[in-house]
Amino acid sequence: MRRDVILRVGVKLILPFILLFGIYVHFHGDYGPGGGFQAGVIIAAGIILYALVFGLNAAKRVAPVALIERLVPLGALIYLLAGVPAIFNGDNFLDYSVYGHDALHAHEWGVFLVETGVITTVAATMIAIFYAFAGRERP
Amino acid sequence: MIEGLINAVLLSLLVAISVAIIRQRSLFGVVLLASAYSFLIASVLIVLDAVDVAMTEAAVGAGISTVILLATLHLTKSQEYPTPRPAFLPLVATCLTGLGLIWGTWQLPPFGVPIAPIHQTTTPEYLAAGIAHEIAPNVVTAVLADYRSFDTFGETTVVLTAGLGIMMLLRSRRRKPAKSGGPNDAA
Repeated sequence: MRRDVILRVGVKLILPFILLFGIYVHFHGDYGPGGGFQAGVIIAAGIILYALVFGLNAAKRVAPVALIERLVPLGALIYLLAGVPAIFNGDNFLDYSVYGHDALHAHEWGVFLVETGVITTVAATMIAIFYAFAGRERP
Repeated sequence: MIEGLINAVLLSLLVAISVAIIRQRSLFGVVLLASAYSFLIASVLIVLDAVDVAMTEAAVGAGISTVILLATLHLTKSQEYPTPRPAFLPLVATCLTGLGLIWGTWQLPPFGVPIAPIHQTTTPEYLAAGIAHEIAPNVVTAVLADYRSFDTFGETTVVLTAGLGIMMLLRSRRRKPAKSGGPNDAA
């Protein structure tokens, strides 16, 4: 698809908005529909679209394989660590009341940290799965 | 009224696509029809006001999984083998299971009624906390990432495990050949 001008220009136009929408869904998840999982798959779909039109190697320059493979476990680690401070405060694991003085702010910060873990793992896993399939040679 | 009409159109299109998928021999066509099926399901979910699920279905079901299935077709043969004998028994089994499921829905409360058991237990508590600004105003996010954060942690781990499994099975970069004297050579 490298020679298809309409596709290339169209994707270049639409891609920033896909990524921006993904970030919006992530950061606005407390107030609107969405959250870490939805944002992760939207961002991953954007990267995969880029790889489909501009080639796998171009996508691997934007999102290097080594980086993606490190982000997959990093997200779960962020989620895990977000729950740990509560234990030292005497609360239950993943209790968010340590993150703020009033309930709403504490919960918002806690949800934000946890969703950051989710978006990292989900987006990186989807891209890694795509790389794993697309990188295979035809037998 | 208008909602019922939209649902009727979407659901009959889903049935039409299902029949087309069953009758289709070319797997390329099956993948594209499955993608259209996912988009229609996403539309049904929007009609049901489940925008979160609709977003996921559109991105994963219609987008990413279609791409991955097409990549799989590129690696394998894209023509379904004709079945050697008529699949009569599976048809009967499927019909019986479908009828059993329909029979099971008779006992469910009607869609969206407030007296359904699921709206009686903890939902009023969550909604009250949302209105009182103790949690995030989007109650769906609050339930997923706040009240049931431990479940969501488990789901994240599931995604991580799936990704690790696929990477170990399919990653194109080969490991360096093991030197002699490894555990397998000991015997």
